[in-house]
Amino acid sequence: MTADAPLLTARDLSKTYGTTRALDGVSLDVRAGEILAVMGPSGSGKSTLMHCLAGIVRPDSGELRYRGRDLTAASDAERSALRRGEFGFVFQFGQLVPELTCLENVALPLRMEGVRRKEAERRAAYWLERLDVAGVAGKRPGQASGGQGQRVAIARALVTEPSVVFADEPTGALDTLNGEMVMRLLTECAEQSRTAVVLVTHEPAVAAYSHREVVVRDGRIRTSAGSAR
Amino acid sequence: MSLSHTLLALLERGPRHGYDLKQEFDAQFGQDRPLHYGQVYATLARLLKNGLVEVDAVEHGGGPERKRYAVTAAGVTDVEGWLSRPESPELYLHSTLYTKVVLALLTGRDAAAVLDVQRAAHLDLMRTLTRRKTRGDLADALICDHAIFHLEADLRWLELTSARLDRLAEEVRS
Amino acid sequence: MSARWLRQLAFGVRLASRGGVTGWTRVALTATAVGLGVAFLLLAASVPNLLQARDTRVSARVDTPQDAARSDRTLLVGRADTEFRGVRIRGRLLQAEGSAAPAPPGVSALPKAGEMVVSPALADLLADPDSTLLRARLDYRVVGRIADTGLSGPGEYAFYAGTDQLEGTRGAVWRQAAFGDPHPSPGTDSRLILLAVVAFVALLAPVAIFMAAAVRFGGESRDRRLAALRLMGADLPMTRRFAAGEALAGGLLGLGVGAVIFLAGRQLVGQFTLWDISVFPADVRPSLPLTALIVVAVPALAVGVALSVLRKVAVEPLGVVRRAGQGRRRLWWRLLPPAAGLALLAPMLVGVVDTDGQLARVQVGGGAVLLLAGVATLLPWLVEAVVRRLGAGGGVSWQIAVRRIQMDSASAARLVSGVAVAAAGAIALQTFVAGMETTFTSATGADLSRAQVTASLDQGTTYADAREIARRFAETRGVRTVTTVAYTDALDKGTEEYASVVVGSCADLREMAQITRCGSGDIFLVGDSDMPRAGQRMTVMDADWTIPATAKRVEGRALPSGSMWTRMILVTPGAAGRLAAAPLHLLLSIDFDQSDPDTGEFVRNTAARVSPLMSVDGIEEVEYNNRFKGILSGIFAGTVAVLLLIGTSMLATTLDQLRERRALLAALTAFGAKRGTLTRATLWQMAVPVALALIPAMLAGTALGVALLAMLDFPIHVSLAHLFVPVAAGVGVVGLVTVASLPVQLRLMRPEGLRVE
Repeated sequence: MTADAPLLTARDLSKTYGTTRALDGVSLDVRAGEILAVMGPSGSGKSTLMHCLAGIVRPDSGELRYRGRDLTAASDAERSALRRGEFGFVFQFGQLVPELTCLENVALPLRMEGVRRKEAERRAAYWLERLDVAGVAGKRPGQASGGQGQRVAIARALVTEPSVVFADEPTGALDTLNGEMVMRLLTECAEQSRTAVVLVTHEPAVAAYSHREVVVRDGRIRTSAGSAR
Repeated sequence: MSLSHTLLALLERGPRHGYDLKQEFDAQFGQDRPLHYGQVYATLARLLKNGLVEVDAVEHGGGPERKRYAVTAAGVTDVEGWLSRPESPELYLHSTLYTKVVLALLTGRDAAAVLDVQRAAHLDLMRTLTRRKTRGDLADALICDHAIFHLEADLRWLELTSARLDRLAEEVRS
Repeated sequence: MSARWLRQLAFGVRLASRGGVTGWTRVALTATAVGLGVAFLLLAASVPNLLQARDTRVSARVDTPQDAARSDRTLLVGRADTEFRGVRIRGRLLQAEGSAAPAPPGVSALPKAGEMVVSPALADLLADPDSTLLRARLDYRVVGRIADTGLSGPGEYAFYAGTDQLEGTRGAVWRQAAFGDPHPSPGTDSRLILLAVVAFVALLAPVAIFMAAAVRFGGESRDRRLAALRLMGADLPMTRRFAAGEALAGGLLGLGVGAVIFLAGRQLVGQFTLWDISVFPADVRPSLPLTALIVVAVPALAVGVALSVLRKVAVEPLGVVRRAGQGRRRLWWRLLPPAAGLALLAPMLVGVVDTDGQLARVQVGGGAVLLLAGVATLLPWLVEAVVRRLGAGGGVSWQIAVRRIQMDSASAARLVSGVAVAAAGAIALQTFVAGMETTFTSATGADLSRAQVTASLDQGTTYADAREIARRFAETRGVRTVTTVAYTDALDKGTEEYASVVVGSCADLREMAQITRCGSGDIFLVGDSDMPRAGQRMTVMDADWTIPATAKRVEGRALPSGSMWTRMILVTPGAAGRLAAAPLHLLLSIDFDQSDPDTGEFVRNTAARVSPLMSVDGIEEVEYNNRFKGILSGIFAGTVAVLLLIGTSMLATTLDQLRERRALLAALTAFGAKRGTLTRATLWQMAVPVALALIPAMLAGTALGVALLAMLDFPIHVSLAHLFVPVAAGVGVVGLVTVASLPVQLRLMRPEGLRVE
């Protein structure tokens, strides 16, 4: 595989929920290390696109490949394994297990992959340090601030050193200053480890951290190639 | 930005040579365009004429003669008046962009494409500013943010207009 | 209470139903759960009436020998009880001695000779195609039914048969002028009352806990609604009244539901027979004071629980804040209830208290309540103390579960306290009943390898007749050997002491004494040195008889039935002389082939043909086993029912918890968490507290059971087997609840959960 071959290739994806056409023939590439913003108004289908790309939701039709491997045909177990090992996720809120300490939360994806507890927590501690939230390692998410919690979530997304991180409105619940810090840490860490980021947002200021953007409206992509570097 | 007011305010902290004033201005505000010496001296001359500054001392060194300027009481009052006066919010009721969209609609061209191209351009600029902001210091960040927020406002308008293009088309063509 | 208060309470009642679909589900769930508890309580409240109605009917039909002179108002009664395939049948032979002879209750006219009236249950049994052997035994024409007033319960098997053979027979026949107990007994056996008190405490304590849990259903959403009301300007006392009103609604609705369940369930009561006891639906009437107590206490409990829950949270306008835990739980006051319970039970343990008194019942009941309550009070401390020390090592699911319990050990303990108390009660009852069981079975000392049933006839049989009867039994299908004991009494007029005179063949006598050499004309003596002795003058059947000098002294031997006769004069027919033709009591011990379950029925049929008055008593050991098996399975059924009730409340709580974290579950799915990991976490989350709950449950249950045994002077007997059933039931509940919560959990883990916002 050449270095420039896309990580994720989506061709003509469609997905319908009930009578709502959430995706209507979307084609998109995600290249290694790039930060791609998926923009669009609420209900445009941008979250559905992300869920399809991440293999959480199976599209009704179309083709999705990860490093050339057909994901549309993969079983739930295979896609789950892929998400555990290759992908990371950051959501707007409600993603940290409230009973576990922040350190244990970050170690969770590693432990689900079978890494021993000590080793998992050592690596988790490193990522908490990288994201400047080592101070809350022993606290529960409820005892940390919103911005800290979101940085813990990013540490958790990055701890498996995934090739793609999917972030769905990662700053949606934060104020501008905290949102900025979270975005800066996310993009810095991603660029340093050549992790691609699929950034779902409706905020231009957040999208400005990306390398390029796609705009989803009514389940279709408006301009794909429109934005130059 | 009012250069005369800025220089007056800088002089309030203590008498300066013209050269020092330029250096200080550039350090605080000149990220985009450094001042020319000429601009500084022209402005100082005007302020001197209006009695807002005075020459505090003249140094005769090995080189050309250097004047040290100090702010006068009238100058301080002027700075105070300037700071306490609000800047009038600028309004762009008839922006070029709006004109473009309406014209595209009237001539049957793709108005959405106009908006898309503009959005890409705006976002590209925002991206550049964001990158600069993350690499620069706090002063850089604040200045970039100011620009970013303005761009964001434009983008918000673009977004809203995109969503309302159909209705706009009806009204324009009727 | 002012009108404003009432309005706020009423608003709370309305609020209960205003949560949309979930609001209604919640109210329905609470009402159903409270209703089930209420129905159970109403059933318990009916027990006094039920026992009294039964006692009244039973004592009205009592027939006992009365010193009545023969007249046209008397009748002869013979006891003809029998058993058919484990079913006890109460039978009486009746022979009127005149036209004005009384009829037993429930019987309109005395059956004529060869006719009988039967209870509905017996009629059904007789009509069964499989009951050929019984029809052969009760060979009378059925002419009517015994009405309900003459029966202890709808499931009782009973008959009254008319005969003209009772004249002149002795033994189990007596003359009677009226039915009914002339000296009604003061009441039920005090031991039984104690058992009932403990049983009710053991079964009702978890019901109370269950109802308290039911009131908490959906408490989270209720709190959020209250918070919204705070934002609109409600103050704290007002929110308390809203909450009280809401709980009151659940409690009142629950009362209604409970009444309906009770009335419906009452109709089913007549269908069941447990421990030979059945109950008429009409007898299941809750006692008025107890009903009044339930009607007041249940809503009060609901309101009390709701308010105490509110005490632990602060409902603020912007949301609900759990009050921070008050540090470590203290142990000392949690030890008070069980310690007080043990203190109450202790004096009875050493037997210094009269167990018959009213005080004893209060003491036992109170002690049991306190001991069981102690399980509930100790549990939160135990769960916290243990879970704090649990490492979060091990798998991911274990880690999540342990951390979850650590974060809120109070909820975890509350979730399982019902299980703990129910298990403790069940273990206490099991230990108690099993202890009684060992006593009764070991007391018979029956040697079942020698004989399985005894048949006795008291009406007087000559030795020759006895041989003939024994032969008929020996020829009965499946019978291997028959040991005959034909006996009468011998009285020493000087000392007024009795010995038994037994006439029998050498083989028969060897079953009663260790005899080596035996020939016709031999006499053997069993007893101490001066009674009976050779040459002693005795009175046998109103005639003098001297024990011959040739009588040899031998050691006695226990009868197959387990009883050991202490003073016997064993006489071979050759030495019997006049006795050989005299009417003797007859006791046959019969050994038969048990591989055919119906052999016993053939033996009984032979007995009935010899005489309907011949009584056949079976196999003590087996009989008691069956009896206690019934009680034990009754306790098991009760425990399972209570645990299922508790299971539903655990399920509701678990589902509530799961729904609350739907976003988290969906996020974890996105991360690729395996379903098994999260379901196992749910399982552990319940299994750990349940496992912990079973520890105090086993201790308290065993202690209570042992206390009861000691109190009633039964030998103390503890076996791990008694712990097994409640423990297994507890484990089963955890499994069931986990499985039942699976569909919701899997649904919440679907990626659609990410689309909530």
